[in-house]
Amino acid sequence: MSPSAPPLQVWAALVIGALLLLAALAPWIARRTSATALVYGTCMALTAAQTALALYSLLAPQPAAALDLAVGLPMQHTLLGWDRLSAAFAVIINAVTAITSAYALGYGRHEPEPARVLPFYPAFLAGMNLVLLANDAFSFLVGWEFMSLASWALVVSQDRDEGNRHAGLVYLLMAFGGTLSLLMFFGLLAGVAGGYSFAQIRGASLPGLTGATVLLLALAGTGSKAGLFPLHAWLPLAHPAAPSHVSALMSAVMTKVAVYAFVRFAFDLVTPGDHGDWLGGLLIVLGAMTAVYGVLAALLEVDIKRVLAFSTIENIGMIFGALGLALAFQAKHFEAAAALALTAALLHGVNHAFMKSALFMGAGALISATGERSLERYGGLIRCMPRTAAGMLIAAAAIAALPPLNGFVSEWLLFQAVLASPTLPGWLLKLLIPAGGAAFALAAALAAALFVRLFGITFLGRARSPEARNAQETDPASSTALLVAAAACVLLGAIPALAIEPLQLVVRDIVGTRLPDPDAGPWRSLVPLSSSGSSYNGAIILAFLLTSATIAAVVLRLVASGALRRTPAWDCGSPDTNPATQYTATSFAQPLKRVFGSTLFLARERVEMAPPGETRPAIAHVEWRDLSWELGYRPLAGSIMWLATQANALQFLTIRRYLLLVFAALIILLAVVAAWH
Amino acid sequence: MSGIWFDIAHLLAGSLVLVSFMLLYQDRMFALLNVFALHAVVLALAVGWQAWIQDAPHLYVTAFIAFVFKGVIIPGALHRIVQRLGIHRSVETVGGIGLTMLFGIGLVALSIVIMLPVTAVASSIGREDLAFALSVVLLGMLMMVTRRNAVSQVVGFMSLENGLVLAATGARGMPLVVEISVGFSILIAFLVIGIFLFRIRERFDTVDLQALDMSRGEQQ
Repeated sequence: MSPSAPPLQVWAALVIGALLLLAALAPWIARRTSATALVYGTCMALTAAQTALALYSLLAPQPAAALDLAVGLPMQHTLLGWDRLSAAFAVIINAVTAITSAYALGYGRHEPEPARVLPFYPAFLAGMNLVLLANDAFSFLVGWEFMSLASWALVVSQDRDEGNRHAGLVYLLMAFGGTLSLLMFFGLLAGVAGGYSFAQIRGASLPGLTGATVLLLALAGTGSKAGLFPLHAWLPLAHPAAPSHVSALMSAVMTKVAVYAFVRFAFDLVTPGDHGDWLGGLLIVLGAMTAVYGVLAALLEVDIKRVLAFSTIENIGMIFGALGLALAFQAKHFEAAAALALTAALLHGVNHAFMKSALFMGAGALISATGERSLERYGGLIRCMPRTAAGMLIAAAAIAALPPLNGFVSEWLLFQAVLASPTLPGWLLKLLIPAGGAAFALAAALAAALFVRLFGITFLGRARSPEARNAQETDPASSTALLVAAAACVLLGAIPALAIEPLQLVVRDIVGTRLPDPDAGPWRSLVPLSSSGSSYNGAIILAFLLTSATIAAVVLRLVASGALRRTPAWDCGSPDTNPATQYTATSFAQPLKRVFGSTLFLARERVEMAPPGETRPAIAHVEWRDLSWELGYRPLAGSIMWLATQANALQFLTIRRYLLLVFAALIILLAVVAAWH
Repeated sequence: MSGIWFDIAHLLAGSLVLVSFMLLYQDRMFALLNVFALHAVVLALAVGWQAWIQDAPHLYVTAFIAFVFKGVIIPGALHRIVQRLGIHRSVETVGGIGLTMLFGIGLVALSIVIMLPVTAVASSIGREDLAFALSVVLLGMLMMVTRRNAVSQVVGFMSLENGLVLAATGARGMPLVVEISVGFSILIAFLVIGIFLFRIRERFDTVDLQALDMSRGEQQ
C-alpha cells in the first residue's frame, strides 16, 4: 500500500469484510428471535455506508488509486478500488440493497426458517460488492462466484418445493457455464504473459478472431447472469423461487452487476475497435429479441413473481440493446450519439433497479398478506392494502414508461439514440437499428399492457378469493421501504439530472464526451443531442400534471351540479355479483396469446370433456413452452446425456483394451506433434 | 567424436530396435524369453559403449545392472515361472504377426519423424539414440497391447523399460541415481507381477487375462 493510499478504498474493503463476518456469525445467532432484525439492520447500515463511500468516490475529482493487498494467488496481488464506472454502479446497488434490507426487517419476520436465509444474505451482498470493487481478474471471479453461489443457496432455501430444487439446479448449471466463459475470457485476455490486473489487461490488443472470441465470451458470461436471450432460461425459474426480498435483489441488483461486468469488459478492458460494429449489431438484435420475448412471456404468466422476473428480462433486453447502440456509434466515431446511448443504458439500469425492487417488495407484501402467488387469486386489494397499492402503482407506472416517472426518461433517451441512427454509415446498421427500435417500441407498449394487467387484476375489481378478501396491510417497515423506492422513482423522473449528471462522469470516461449541458438550455431541460431539437423536462410535466389535475378537481367540485338524482347504480358491466365473472389475468392476455402463443411459445390447448354420465366439469388445459428451451437446452441436455451414456461403456473394457486406449492416445498425440512440426 | 565411434553406438542402438522386432515376432514362450535376454544383453552393450565414448564410468554400473538383472536373473526367473505354470506351449498373439510387424515399422518411422526435428539442437548421437529409444518404448507398448498372455505382457513391459534406459544413457550427464531407481522399480514390478501371476493362476487355473474378464461376467 502506498503511503498516499486513500482511506476510501480501505473503508469499502472493510465493509465487505464486515458483511462476510456477519455471514459467518449469522448461523450462530440465527436461532434467536432478534436475529432477523440484527442481520438485516446491520446489512442496511453497511450498505448505506457503502453507498455514501461510493458516491463520494464517484464525485471525487480524481479517481483514487486501487488498494493493493498482498494476498491471493501466488505472484498476484489483490487490487481493490473503484473507478467512476464501478463507483456509479456501487451507488445504485448499495442504495437499492439498503432499501431492500429495510424491507427485509419487516418481511424477514414471516420467514419460516430464517437460518436458511440469514447467513447467505450478507454473503450475497459481499459478493456483489467484491465484483464491483475488484481491480484484477482473480478477485473479480471470486466475487462473481461468491455472488452466484450465495444467491443459489438463497434460491434453494425453500427446498421442499420440487420446483425450487429444479430452479436451483438450472441456475447452478447456468452460473457455472457463465463463470467458465468469464474464466476463459480472462485467460485469453491475459494471454501467456499472464498479467491479471485490469491495468495490465487494458493495454492488450486483440486482433481478428481472438478479439471476436473474447468479446463473445464476455457476452456469454455476463449475458447469462443478466438473463439475455437465449441464456435467460434460469432467470424466470430462480428469481421467483427465492424469498421476495432476495428476488428483489436478484432481479434489480444482480442483473445490474452483470451489466456492469459487460460495460467493464466491452467498453473498458477490451477496446472493441473494429469489432464494435458487429458486436453492436448483435447486441441490438439480441436485446430486441430479449425485450419482446420477456414482455410476451410475462403477459402469459399468472404467477406474480414470474411476471416480474420476465419483465426483468425485457428490461435487460432494453439495456443491452442500448449498449449495442453505444458500441455501434462508438465504432463509427459518433461520440455524441454513443454518449446518448450509453447514458440511456446506464440510466435505465438505475431506474430499473428502483422500479423492480419496489415491485418485488410489493409482490412480497401481497404474498405474505394472502399466501397466494397467482394473479387470479387477488383482486380488490387496494382497499385493504392501500400503501402497498400506492407504491406498486407508482412503480408499475414507472416501469410502463409513463411520464413524469423515471422509466420514461431512460426509454425516451433510448429512442432518441435510435432516432440518431440514420446518420450512421453502413447499410446493415442503418437497417438494423430502426428494426431494433421498432421491437423496443413494441416491447415498451406491451410492457404498459403488462402492468395495467398486473395492477388492475391485483388491486382493482372485487376479491377473487377468500384470502384476498381477508388480506391485511403489510407491516410498516415493508411498506415504508416500498414507498421509499417508489418515491425514488418519482424523484428520478421529475429531476432526471440527479441521476444523469453523475452518470455523465462515467460516460465521459468511456466515450470521451457527454450529453449537452442542461444549463445551456432553458429550464434545465434534458437535451439528448444538440442537433435534434427535442428536449424533456420531467419537473415541468409533473408540475403541469399536478396543477391541471388540481384545477380539474376544484373546477369539478365547484361547477358540477349538486342536485340529487336517483338512477340505478352502474354495475361496471358485470351485473352478476359473483367475483368469477370479472375480467381475469388470463382473459386480459388472451388476444396476445392468440397472436403470439402458438408460434413463439408453442402453446397448445386441450379440452378434456367428461364422458357422458359423469358430473365432472370439462377442463381446458393450456400449456406453453419456451422456444429457447425446446430448441437449445433440451437438445443440449439430450446430447450430453447421450455422450455420458456412451462414455459409460469405457467403464467395462478389458485390461488389454485399456492398454490399447493408452497406447492409441499416445500414438495420436505423437502423430499430432509430428504433424505440428 | 566422429567416425567409427558414432557408427558403433548407432549400430548398437539400432540392434536394440531390431531385437524388439524379434520380440514382436516370437510366438513361443521360451524363445520369447531368450530373445528378451538378448535384448537386455544388447542394451548392456549399448550402454557400455556409451560409457566408453562419453568417458562416464558410472554408466558401466548401469550396463552391469542391465546385463545381470535383465539379461540373466529375470529371464531365468521367468523361465522357472513358465515351467512351473506349464504354459511353455505357444504364445497367442492378437491379430496377425505380419500386421503387427508392419505397425511396428510405422511406429519406428513415427518416432524418427518426431525426434529428429524436435532435438535439432542436441548432439547428433543424442538425436539418433533418442529416436531409437522412443522406437523401443513404442514397440514394447505394442507388444503389451498385442499379447494376451500375462508373461509376455511382462516381457513387453520390461523391453519398454530397456528403451527408457537407452534414452537415459544416451543423454550426457544423466545421474546414475535415475537408472538405479528405474531398474529397481522394474525389479519390484517384476516381483509384484510374478506373485500376481501365481495368484491369478491359483484362482483361475490360467494366466490368460481373458479369464479375468470372464470372471467379471463379460463377453469377449
